[in-house]
Amino acid sequence: MEIVFKLFASLSDHLPAAARRTNALPLEVADDCSVAALIDSWSLPPRMVHLVLVNGEYIPPSQRAGRLLTAGDVVAIWPPIAGG
Amino acid sequence: MAWTRKVLRVNLTQGSCVSEPLNMAWAAQYLGQRGLASKYLVSEIDPLVDPLAAENKIIYATGPLTGTMASTGGRYSVVTKGPLTGVIACSNSGGFFGAELKAAGWDMIIVEGKSPRPVYLHIENDKAVLLAAEDLWGRTVWDTEGTLKKRHQDPLLRVSSIGRAGENQVLFAAIVNDLHRAAGRSGVGAVMGSKNLKAIAVRGTLGVGNIADPKSFMAAVAAGKKVLAENAVTGQGLPTYGTQVLMNVINEMGASPTRNHRDVQFEGARKISAEAMHEKRTTDGKTHLVTNQACFGCTIACGRISRIDETHFSVETKPQYWGASGGLEYEAAWALGNANGVDDLEALQYANLVCNEDGMDPISFGATVGAVMELYELGILTRDDIGLEAPFGSAEALCRLAEMTARGEGFGKVVGLGSKRLCTRYGRPDLSMTVKGQEFPAYDGRALQGMGLAYATSNRGACHLRGYMVSSEVFGIPVKTDPRETAGKPELLKAFQDATAAVDSSGLCVFTTFAWTMNDIQPQIQSACEGDWSLESLLQTGERIWNLERDFNLAAGITGKDDTLPPRLLNEPCKTGASKGMVAELGKMLPEYYSLRGWTPDGVPTAATRARLGL
Repeated sequence: MEIVFKLFASLSDHLPAAARRTNALPLEVADDCSVAALIDSWSLPPRMVHLVLVNGEYIPPSQRAGRLLTAGDVVAIWPPIAGG
Repeated sequence: MAWTRKVLRVNLTQGSCVSEPLNMAWAAQYLGQRGLASKYLVSEIDPLVDPLAAENKIIYATGPLTGTMASTGGRYSVVTKGPLTGVIACSNSGGFFGAELKAAGWDMIIVEGKSPRPVYLHIENDKAVLLAAEDLWGRTVWDTEGTLKKRHQDPLLRVSSIGRAGENQVLFAAIVNDLHRAAGRSGVGAVMGSKNLKAIAVRGTLGVGNIADPKSFMAAVAAGKKVLAENAVTGQGLPTYGTQVLMNVINEMGASPTRNHRDVQFEGARKISAEAMHEKRTTDGKTHLVTNQACFGCTIACGRISRIDETHFSVETKPQYWGASGGLEYEAAWALGNANGVDDLEALQYANLVCNEDGMDPISFGATVGAVMELYELGILTRDDIGLEAPFGSAEALCRLAEMTARGEGFGKVVGLGSKRLCTRYGRPDLSMTVKGQEFPAYDGRALQGMGLAYATSNRGACHLRGYMVSSEVFGIPVKTDPRETAGKPELLKAFQDATAAVDSSGLCVFTTFAWTMNDIQPQIQSACEGDWSLESLLQTGERIWNLERDFNLAAGITGKDDTLPPRLLNEPCKTGASKGMVAELGKMLPEYYSLRGWTPDGVPTAATRARLGL
């Protein structure tokens, strides 16, 4: 199934160059892929995987292994950030 | 230095500048800056005074840590009765002006009366004089600052001034120092303009002193800086991406008010984000962002310095804008962009430059343009009214309206009244996205329930900086809470508001609290200042300040009924995003908030609360 995978701020560097101008990458994943499995497959620095949203909803670390993705989901990840 | 114990009282009617001792009994209760200046203000003016009358006063106040070696210790606040809101206005600025004022030996300047002709205040340590400013009137902030540095032959002179917006009494006019740092909100610049006070130029060479326990202070400051440096947000995220990193986060959540709060997600957000500012433009191969910048003593350095595209329509014939300058910060980018549906990064930067150059709050300006564009699309405002086409998404309209408003031209005079008065004038007050007359910043109170409560209860009208619930509801600082949940939010908000009031009274920047807790801040204040500045005392000081401001606002005529949100946020659900279908559930939170504050069900501090806080 296809999802949209987004990485922002310093995590953008982990995206293919062509995807960096949108921060978004259409991605084929297995039907039983969890949020945690998706993150693991990209070898992202664990301390930089801070804010994880699926369709805009925050997924806490304790729920990432159990949260299975569905087709069309948008997964977006940020390192620790703040501002205002 | 901690308190200099000196107040400069400037009477513009009489043309006098007089030194007087700081009220140390009040300092022990209100610390400094926001709190102490508010105490002076409420003690000296009639709450019912016309904000633009000579009887209003305007106070420029430092905190005890302003000008010290504490990280971010360069802040000052401008406190007055605000013309945009009719309630207390307290606008906080960074840059270098505050530290310079402190180094000149002053805790605060109280300005009263009205000058018969334009003047500026020149301070060189203990010498303060009012000088003629007829030649500066009608000139921009940038021009004024440069002119004064040349006139006094001192490139290190620090200047806080108004541009044409303040002179024209645009109700959201700002006071700008160091070219692009601003006491931005609530129209403090219009008060300065109403008094014919163009600028304050200060040079201080007296150095640091009066630290109660220098050795402990140095240790506490060093420990604090280590925490900031090692924290991923203050040590890496903010200096690299600035506040603009929020553009995509808030938008992905569906919490980004768009097109005057019609929508909560903006399809053009990515194009105006921090990530976009880091990319090379196709036109000239340069990045929009040039570098980051720190205010006095700051070890975070979140400020953005950018260079506009010289080929952009807004500046192609205006080389004066081609150099590197301040912006974009997140709140400004949102208000100029998302609120109007404009996704042209260069246009946003141009409008932002105009706001800096002529002293306007880009949040209120941008949000007011959002209301104009909605009224235009509804056919209530026409091209004949505005003088141009103004549909949502028009970068041309945004740029031109910025110029017109700053200069007081044509329809710009109406924009300069702010969203509430503008929408009321055209028969649709419901379309004004304001609380107590002040425009919202960049978070939707339907998607972030705690922020909705924060907006409704803010003592200076809609504001994110009085109780930044985003920190918890989005970033997880200090704890992650569900933004869609109302339970627990009143208690958390009260804690945020009280702690923020204390930080805003210290001379420190509230951005430190992304890494620091009050346990990091307290030792710095305690070692710098005489008296009891325990954690408990600091938090009670914050609570006292909050209630002092509330009392003033009640006396100025507001009631609990003003602690509300526009009908759109209460009745029109979010159309998309993680909070789709939700409205702001203010009614579920406000009674509990009043109760926690020790206020009556009508929102009035009880006698017991006042007695407990020594009010």
